[in-house]
Order: sequence, then C-alpha cells, then structure tokens
Amino acid sequence: MISIDIEKKLKAYKGQQVLRVKEQFPTGSITKIYGPSGAGKTTFLKTIAGFTEPEKGEIIVDNATWLNTDQKINLSPQKRMAGFVFQDYALFPNMTVLQHLEYATTDTTWITHLLAMGKLEPFATHKPEYLSGGQQQRLAILRALAVKPKLLLMDEPFSALDPENKSALITELKVVFEELSTTVLIVTHNPQELDGLTDRELRIC
Amino acid sequence: MDLTPIYLTLKLAGITTLLLLVTGLPVAWCLSRGRSFFKIALEAIITMPLVLPPSVLGFYLLLAFSPQHGIGKWLEETFNLQFVFSFKGLVLASVIYSMPFMIGPIKSALQQLPVSLSQASYSLGKSRWQTFIKVLLPNIKPSLLTAIVLTFAHTLGEFGVVLMIGGNIPGVTRVASIAVYDSVEQMDYHTANVYSLILFAITFVLVIAVFIFNKYQLKSPLE
Repeated sequence: MISIDIEKKLKAYKGQQVLRVKEQFPTGSITKIYGPSGAGKTTFLKTIAGFTEPEKGEIIVDNATWLNTDQKINLSPQKRMAGFVFQDYALFPNMTVLQHLEYATTDTTWITHLLAMGKLEPFATHKPEYLSGGQQQRLAILRALAVKPKLLLMDEPFSALDPENKSALITELKVVFEELSTTVLIVTHNPQELDGLTDRELRIC
Repeated sequence: MDLTPIYLTLKLAGITTLLLLVTGLPVAWCLSRGRSFFKIALEAIITMPLVLPPSVLGFYLLLAFSPQHGIGKWLEETFNLQFVFSFKGLVLASVIYSMPFMIGPIKSALQQLPVSLSQASYSLGKSRWQTFIKVLLPNIKPSLLTAIVLTFAHTLGEFGVVLMIGGNIPGVTRVASIAVYDSVEQMDYHTANVYSLILFAITFVLVIAVFIFNKYQLKSPLE
C-alpha cells in the first residue's frame, strides 16, 4: 500500500497555486492521473520520486517512510528507487540501447526479456539519436523497468507511440506489472488511451 | 639554438592543464548545480584572471609568496617550499591564471544538460559520483576537450604573470614567451622568430584538432 498526503506550492503564471494530494494506492494497482495543464501532475510524480520536496506531507510505501516533513525524513531518490519514465525520455546520449539497460541492471536474462518486449533487439547497439521517437519512448520505459521497481511513475509514457505499438506494449506491460507486483501511476493527457490498462484514476486540478 | 624555453613551456602547460583538469572538474560540477552567494563569490574569484591585468595578478602572487612575508615565509620555514622565482611558482601562477579557461566551458556544458538526465540516473539507484562519471561527463566531451585545449594553449601564451612571479632564469623560469621578449630586447630577431613560430604552430595545430574533433562528434556515423 502506498499512502500519499502532500502539499506543495507550485509556480504559476497567475499567482501561486498549491498542489494538494491525499490518496492511497493499493499494491499492484495501476492508476491513471489526469487533469489540466499546470495542475502539478508531473510535480506530483517528481515529489514521490524524491526529485523535489513538498512543503508539507508524508509518503509511506509498504510501511517504509519515504518522506515525513514533520519528522524531517526525506529519502534520496537513490534510496527510493522508484522507476521513472520522463516526459522528455531523459535517455543518456552517450549510451546505446543495451548500455542503458546494463547501466540499470546486471541481470542479463531480464535485459533480454525487456529488449524483446520493447521490440528493440535490432537496435541494441544504437544510441538514442538514431532511434525514432517511439523507440526512444519504449527504451525509456524499459530502462525504468530494468530495476524491477516496486513503484513505477510514468509521465505521458505512450504519447509518441503509434496505436499498434501502443496496444502491443500495453498488453505486455500489464503482464510485467502483475509479475513484479508493481504499483503504477501514469500521468496522461488522454485518459482514454489507458482504458484496459488502469484500474483506478486520480484527477488533479 | 636553445630549445629549453619551448620544453619548459610545454612542461608548464602540461602540468597546469592536468592539475586544472583534476581540480576544475569538481569545482565546475559544484558551480553548475544551483546558486548561492558562496557560489557566486567563488565564480567571481575564478573569473577575475580573465579581466585582471596579468601583471596585477603576478604582483599579488609575488607579494603573497615572497619568502619575506606571510604565506611565503610560512611555506619556506615549514615545508622548505619557495614559489617565487621557481618553476613551482610558475605552475601555481598558471593554475590560477588559466582557471577560468578550464572551469568556464565545463560548467556551461554541465548546466546545459537536462536535469532529467541526472534524475533518471538517481532513480536507477546510482550515486552522484556514478552519475557524474557515467552520464554527465561523457555527454560534455566536446566542451571538455575545448576546455583542455584552451587551458593548454592559454598557458603556452602566458607572459605577464609568469614574468612577475618567475622572473627570467634560463632553464628554470624562462619560458618561450619570455624568451621571445628577451630575444627582441637583444635585437636577436632570428631567435625570437623561431620561438614565435614554434608557439604559433603548436597553438594552431591544437585549435584545428579541436575543430575537427567537435565536427566529428556532431557527424558521428551510426554506431
């Protein structure tokens, strides 16, 4: 079970806005998060990952406290190890597809499985600049999965995929999420695209 | 033809570049992350040699490390170290004088990398050090090379600051730029011309190499 209760000020064009989220996510659940632009969806994910700190709040993941502002507990992103799929992919330009996965894990069987799942075997020795947008996005997802995270945070993870690839990948991801009992939070601007994958939803506004 | 000044110059530039690479990388990394008054002040001090007349910097270094006063006196009495009119002094002055040329390009390149690159690495459980070595550093290779070559080439051309702290001692502190000046003063234009030509050629080759390398980086074939 993941329990989140946070309050964070957001920089907004018109004055200041506050992001307030109080929610519980059962282990293994897949939640789509949607809401208007600038509402703080990405900030919410980054706060959970430990990239940014809220003014007030608490994050508890499987009975472990990741954040408690009252008790001044704030685990580093390295200790939280939440898988993160960035909106801009954040791929490492110096690494090939294979090196991305090898950087994340030493489990070669898992790497082979991930490459097959993302249909990226033929591109294993290619660097990101020589991949299409869709291939880059799949690599970003595979890299986040490489560490077998308990919690996976995905920011617009399917925006660059064509319907065929998206559907195939979503089917495979669902199996992997079940195998790993991963709790997944997916930010999307198009909630319908996740129908069939997610079992819960959260609107941030 | 005495080539010792050329040898001394290359030795000085090599040592200075190596020292600045080792010390400059962590400083550039630190300066590229966030802002604070301390960092602004540190950056201002590092940038000072760019705008300060070399003779002024050399004068203060001469005063600071003179065996008659303060730090210089303490260093000589405690460690038997003398920086004034010695090769060690030239290295110290060069490191301070060329610092902005090493730190500036590296800091700018690090700042231009998206912050999400580091965050992605942290989310995989990698430490700041691992992230710096495996992710950040390889992605600023062209700027790193530019910084190394700029530092080396700038040290080759130092004059005022090395003259102030090192003087003109043959075989010890008489580097090529000083040898050129000395030869011209003695109306020995031939020697001045040879030293100048060698310095010109070395610098030209270095700068050309950087341009070729950086162009190659941009047009790297499919790997």
